[in-house]
Amino acid sequence: MFTFTIRRLLFAIPTLLAISFIIFALLDLAPSDPLSDLPLTIPPEVREQIRAAMGLDQPFLIRYMKWLQQFFINEPLNIFEQLTGLTIGTGERMRVLSWATRSPVVDLIVQRLPQTLWVVGLSYLFGVLLAIPIGVISAYRQYSIFDQIGTFIAMVGYSVPTFFTGVLLIVVFSSWLQWFPSIYDTNLVVDSWSSFVMQVKQMFLPVLVLTLYNTSQISRFVRASMLDNLHMDYVRTARAKGVKEKVVLLVHVLRNSLIPVVTVIALGVPTIFSGAIITEQVFRVNGLGQLLITAIQGADIPLVQTLTFIFAVLIVLFNLIADVLYGILDPRIRYD
Amino acid sequence: MKKLHLILAASAAALTISGAPAMADRGTDGDLKIIFWQAVSTMNPYLSGGTKEVYGASMVIEPLARYDETGALVPMLATEIPTVENGGVAADLKSITWKLKPDLKWSDGTPVTAEDAIFTWKYCTAPDGGCAQGAYFEGVSNVEAVDASTIKISFTDPKPYPYSALVGGQSPLIQAAQFKDCLGIKAPECTSANFGPIGTGPFVVKEFKPNDVVTFTANPNYRDAAKPAFATATLKGGGDAASAARSVLETGEFDYAWNMQVEPEVLATMMQAGKGKIEVAFGTQVERIDLNPFGVDPSLGDKRSTKEAGPHPALKDPAVRKALSLAIDRDIIDEAGYGDNGKPTCNILPAPDIYVSTAVDWCLKQDLEAANKLLDDAGWKMGSDGIREKDGVKLSFLYQTSTNSVRQATQALVKDMWSQIGVTVELRNVSANVFFGGDPASPDTFQKFMADVQMYTNNFDGTDPEKYMAGWMCDKIPSPASGWQGENIVRYCNPEYDALVKELGKTGKLEDRAVIAKKLNDMLSNDVAQIPLIHRGQPSAVSATLEGVKMNAWDSELWNVADWSRKK
Repeated sequence: MFTFTIRRLLFAIPTLLAISFIIFALLDLAPSDPLSDLPLTIPPEVREQIRAAMGLDQPFLIRYMKWLQQFFINEPLNIFEQLTGLTIGTGERMRVLSWATRSPVVDLIVQRLPQTLWVVGLSYLFGVLLAIPIGVISAYRQYSIFDQIGTFIAMVGYSVPTFFTGVLLIVVFSSWLQWFPSIYDTNLVVDSWSSFVMQVKQMFLPVLVLTLYNTSQISRFVRASMLDNLHMDYVRTARAKGVKEKVVLLVHVLRNSLIPVVTVIALGVPTIFSGAIITEQVFRVNGLGQLLITAIQGADIPLVQTLTFIFAVLIVLFNLIADVLYGILDPRIRYD
Repeated sequence: MKKLHLILAASAAALTISGAPAMADRGTDGDLKIIFWQAVSTMNPYLSGGTKEVYGASMVIEPLARYDETGALVPMLATEIPTVENGGVAADLKSITWKLKPDLKWSDGTPVTAEDAIFTWKYCTAPDGGCAQGAYFEGVSNVEAVDASTIKISFTDPKPYPYSALVGGQSPLIQAAQFKDCLGIKAPECTSANFGPIGTGPFVVKEFKPNDVVTFTANPNYRDAAKPAFATATLKGGGDAASAARSVLETGEFDYAWNMQVEPEVLATMMQAGKGKIEVAFGTQVERIDLNPFGVDPSLGDKRSTKEAGPHPALKDPAVRKALSLAIDRDIIDEAGYGDNGKPTCNILPAPDIYVSTAVDWCLKQDLEAANKLLDDAGWKMGSDGIREKDGVKLSFLYQTSTNSVRQATQALVKDMWSQIGVTVELRNVSANVFFGGDPASPDTFQKFMADVQMYTNNFDGTDPEKYMAGWMCDKIPSPASGWQGENIVRYCNPEYDALVKELGKTGKLEDRAVIAKKLNDMLSNDVAQIPLIHRGQPSAVSATLEGVKMNAWDSELWNVADWSRKK
């Protein structure tokens, strides 16, 4: 298992390098322009100077090499310096700078992480916690009232887009009833009971929207996987041996059913970090999703490049984690 | 005795007048909540140039003088506006001398001096800095300190309109001490200074989260001890225009929302909640349709849309151009897409009032009969398919614009109007960040204009139209030689026009300048260089509980945020 993990990690390096090059090339070929947001009153000569200051006048390969150096050498060194307080060399090195804000990209990402993890992460956690029992009961009592209602809600949650449910909830709960704020306050510091209540209130609507979506998606997988296993021979054997129904269901069937579900859940974790672009926009959570979409709209290439690359790293990593978990859940699977 | 009475009465009157606006003391009105759905990326307008950054920064850093809601210059850091009459502008128009208000302090308590002004000029003109407001310092040969509070700006050539450097929200003063190590290539590395510039304005940046939210506190050293009325301010960003409007007009969570580009009927429904209203300021924005005078047929290859391609087979005919303008019903377009935020216009120079021509209003009223007659007389015969034709050339055009719901609705209306005079158009829309991006490698930019007609909005900063009108000169036509850069997107070229622009550059008197500017405007409209459609306003949503907002299209909308207060 250990050598397998090491081998996979080493193999990830060329994969990630290739990914970074492809992202960089794609962004370079895209026709959007970082200066398109500027008012037309800024004359062409000045635009040329701004372009040069961003380094856009340099050839493609040089820009790519610079980004590699900044991302793989300068940024880790900078993080190391900040953690240890040591200074390596002069301590002055070019960091990956966003074009729109002219500030280090990594700082922007660090700033956006908390609200994304709170809102998107929490809704994913709720989604998983709700989906597994719903899926298990739905499968065990197939075609019962519970299953029918569960299926109906899952279908609604799956097919109604979050930009609709989000705005609907705002109109009902913020505009009419005025129970919850429609705008997320990223500056809120939770240090007292009242600020905690405030935090819960402002998280309620976006978390609700996303939980509905996540639950519907995962509960369908759990249900389908449970149904596959419930009709297996080993289940009949267990029952014939007189094993208690609870043990049959929760130990034998559930454990085997979780194998495909774990893959789905593990591969879904990187999407927490990429944020929920639409929901974040609707509620102004301004997390990583909003950061990514504004960067794409403003053609802030260093920011888009860095963010997408970090997502790529997470996806590769969680693929590996899913594979390792396979081996733990199913003793038949051995990699060595 | 009688005299004493008079003086007493006069001073009492003066007291009541000057006392009236200062109803509140500094910091008594709590938190001011502003929403910019396009979030602020940096607080340094020299590094960004975007309108949202200029507006956000205007709460903190200020220029020597700025434009008020009527477009008149008002002194901010200066004691008065220098003119030739008061001796502030040299008689040869080659220099301007500003005097700083006495005892001005930065928010950190240090005095504001002429050195800061000199530094600001150096900062924006430093090589490799890519200063976004470089145009404001164009033609400035030197900035010097006559004494600690007197700034002399010299120009290479006489400047009839010398109010550009350090005037208006786009070129505010920055503190030399804070930015001294941030010149040129180092400018973007000074993140903390760029995110929290020390200023002279009513507010100080407390925390800046780029593209998200800015929090401010009142400036303890602001020059008016009674202002600002608000103790803190929050400038939130993100989302879209409609939900920003809702947060002011319906839920009342915010006090002010900028740039409400939302369909008029949606706003009207929201306003029924009675929590606020939309205020509109009219600046110089004109939505226009450009008509390409050069050939754009794909068979022309690299020559498309350049002089080498030769004249456009249909649009070279003045009758066609005029008919296209006459066939448009601007009132319908205005009603459908703009409501109170727009007015039909035939002028490409729609404001300030002194420059507004009334000589070209022939196009204001739709006249299909006249348009059809023009085309008939010019020999464009109606074909069996309802499309006019002459010598094998059909009046069939490609009509492009940026992707935006109002623009697509306008395209559909214009298409219908033109079909009534035998002109057919194919509609196309290009994503705004490509269309306005100016990437020389992309064929879809508005500068390249690889279409017969295209639609967008343009305007100019401040109130002086000289630079804007110079944008129609022959040498400003974008071409491969100029890397497709140049303001003359419509590719208008008329030696008479060029000569008149040069004359404008030599004329100092405002009245004479207005006469010339109107003439230039009329030339463009009568030659139908382009078709002006709508004079667009800037709509913003203002809460009913907010007082003192004076919508301003000539400078930052937050120009007088120091005077805003909570309605009691």
